[in-house]
Amino acid sequence: MDNIAGTKSSLTWAVHISVALLVCLWLFPTVGLFVSSFRTADQISASGWWKSLFPSEQNLVLRTKAPGEQVQEGELFVIEGNLFADNDENTAATISVWGTSSRAIADYTAGDEADMGDDGRITVQPNGDYRLVNDVEFSGRRGERVFVTAETPPAFTLDNYQQVLLSGNSTDSMAKAFFNTLTVTIPATIIPIVVAAFAAYALAWMDFPGRALLIACVVGLLVVPLQLALIPLLRLHLGIGIGKGYLGVWLAHTGFGLPLAIYLLRNYMVGLPRDIIENAKVDGATDFQIFTKIILPLSFPALASFAIFQFLWTWNDLLVAKVFLIDATGETTVMTNQIVELLGTRGGNWEILATAAFVSIAVPLVVFFAMQRYLVRGLLAGSVK
Amino acid sequence: MNPAIQGLLTIIIGVGGCVAYFFFSNQFLDKVLFPAKGPNAGRNINRANQIRPWLFLFPAIFALGLYLAYPVIETLRLSFTDRDQGGAFVGFANYSQMFSEQKFWEAMRNNMLWLIVVPAASTAFGLLAAQLTDRIGWGNIAKSIIFMPMAISFVGASVIFKLVYDTRPVDQDQIGILNAVWLQFDGGAGSFLFLKLMPAIMVAGFGAMVAYVGYLVLLPFFKGGRAGGAWLVAGRVLAGVLAAWIVFLSLRSVVNIFGADLPYGEPETWLTLPFYNNFFLMVVLIWIQTGFAMVILSAALRGIPEETIEAAIVDGANPFQVFFQIKIPQIMGTIVVVWTTITLVVLKIFDIVFAMTNGQWETQVLANYMFDKLFRASDWGVGSAAAIIIMVLVSPILIWNVYNARKEMR
Repeated sequence: MDNIAGTKSSLTWAVHISVALLVCLWLFPTVGLFVSSFRTADQISASGWWKSLFPSEQNLVLRTKAPGEQVQEGELFVIEGNLFADNDENTAATISVWGTSSRAIADYTAGDEADMGDDGRITVQPNGDYRLVNDVEFSGRRGERVFVTAETPPAFTLDNYQQVLLSGNSTDSMAKAFFNTLTVTIPATIIPIVVAAFAAYALAWMDFPGRALLIACVVGLLVVPLQLALIPLLRLHLGIGIGKGYLGVWLAHTGFGLPLAIYLLRNYMVGLPRDIIENAKVDGATDFQIFTKIILPLSFPALASFAIFQFLWTWNDLLVAKVFLIDATGETTVMTNQIVELLGTRGGNWEILATAAFVSIAVPLVVFFAMQRYLVRGLLAGSVK
Repeated sequence: MNPAIQGLLTIIIGVGGCVAYFFFSNQFLDKVLFPAKGPNAGRNINRANQIRPWLFLFPAIFALGLYLAYPVIETLRLSFTDRDQGGAFVGFANYSQMFSEQKFWEAMRNNMLWLIVVPAASTAFGLLAAQLTDRIGWGNIAKSIIFMPMAISFVGASVIFKLVYDTRPVDQDQIGILNAVWLQFDGGAGSFLFLKLMPAIMVAGFGAMVAYVGYLVLLPFFKGGRAGGAWLVAGRVLAGVLAAWIVFLSLRSVVNIFGADLPYGEPETWLTLPFYNNFFLMVVLIWIQTGFAMVILSAALRGIPEETIEAAIVDGANPFQVFFQIKIPQIMGTIVVVWTTITLVVLKIFDIVFAMTNGQWETQVLANYMFDKLFRASDWGVGSAAAIIIMVLVSPILIWNVYNARKEMR
């Protein structure tokens, strides 16, 4: 556009920077959650997730083993070990400088020997191995304190996923909720497609009185807030004996998804070439045959678009599941509800929350990236006329 | 029975049942009821073809009627009844009870705030992203990433942003990025630039945009020409007054931004700051909806005829003039569609507020107020009344959509 007048815009670099900024801004929150799901609880509460991607320098106070574990080598009494392992710290850290007093924590570099007078002489290696020797026997109950400055490389763990997916812990486990969500989603995606496809064909290619009115009704129902449906339908479900359960939530999702399905499919089917359908009619095909053999295969892109919409919507839904599915036993909880409950009971346990949230986000993200083309097409068909 | 098996059975019964219904009802129509043979073959074919559409439509009409149309009427009826009196008719008692509750007016105020801010911000960001990404090589990747939050549930997004807004005591490392950034500001020149000047420019820009739209709406009056029928005149005046009010609010906010005394150096609990916490909740929805706006507006921008832009450039228009005076007017229709679609989402917003604050600290919105009444207070009368309020707010868009759809079909 800019080059047609013979000049290339000098603002191109500004555009690149603005887009990069925008992308970072949009990606940053999700990346934060993703990174946090691979960190331990201590790591999360000790530092921001953005620091975990780089080696961090820490000042630690570590103790050697207690005098009870000394061994005698000739005339020397020796205590040996690894500072990080003995203190349950990350053993991948590297010591740069260290000291034996809180007032002088950087007196020695790694590998040096420090003389502590009556307390003996100690050597600390970069990897935390130490050797404490003395001419007389060590006494006392606790080990010697060593003040180290250590650089810890980034460390990540899969323990959170283990805990959330496999542990079977009743409050944290998402495994059951995952399968419940799947159980809700699949029938609630497929059934409205079948019902809507027939209706859309009738509205697109059959002539009958009241067709325009019906289409107008569908457009109107498209925007009816589902809040209105909650109370009457819950009463209806309880009244006719469906109660709260999968059947109820499948029916509800089918009902709520139908206007968009009919609208999308009808708009697509109307655009199919008239000749094909008329030729088939001349050749003696019935409406049912035309629909199943010609219209359905040709409408695949529209069907896929709606399927993605409905899948994302039912997978991510909280309100409908809360009203029509989840009863007092909580056996049928879905992932969105489980996460909300975790927010209440384990609001500070970010490692569990982040992992649980990421488990629930992962499937829609995969679907999204795999089928983005259809999603975009559906969006365009659904809102731009 | 295992729910997974039940689900599988439901798919088979549901899909099989539907297909069988369509197949056999068609067969019945053609073979038994009006067979296309015998003395009345011609008449029978015509009759069958008159009935067939309704066979195709019946399941859909039934489900739509039962799950969407009937509830609208039933909710309206319930809003005039009282549960404690066994469903007796109580007139407008539920509404007057609701109107006397302070929480309801808080929800109304917040919903109006959401209605102004979220569609405007999402559309503006979406337009910006669409315009910028269309001009660079890696634009499609950038688009994918900005579009990605559309796939994330409101609940998932709430967790993501709760981490962003997290607060630690002042002597600990902040783990929420917002507080970490906030603590970098100390009241110096950088703080003035980022926390006073930039927000002020953004708010002023929003005000200017509204003023421009208001000017466009009122233009016929200034020119002294015909402004349309009585309804249209009333609508224009109303929109003009609304625009003037929003411009006034924006200007007042600009003054407030410069006057505000910010508590530098203290970590904030963002979600408990009354009034401002609403904006932190809105950010979540803006984050999600911008991608939607971007995709649609980007398609509209690409649909603009090249000639108009070329002609403008040949006539010496600069890039900003091309954007605001050539492109924007041509995609105005699409902008309105995007705006109304996001408005619909905003009116029904529930999950974000429910998961992040549950309406505490003055963040209540109508849908959550309704849920509260329904399932915590078990008061279906007031709950229905709140749902009707949402319906009333949606209905102008409903009427507009139906009007457009009918106009298009003619």
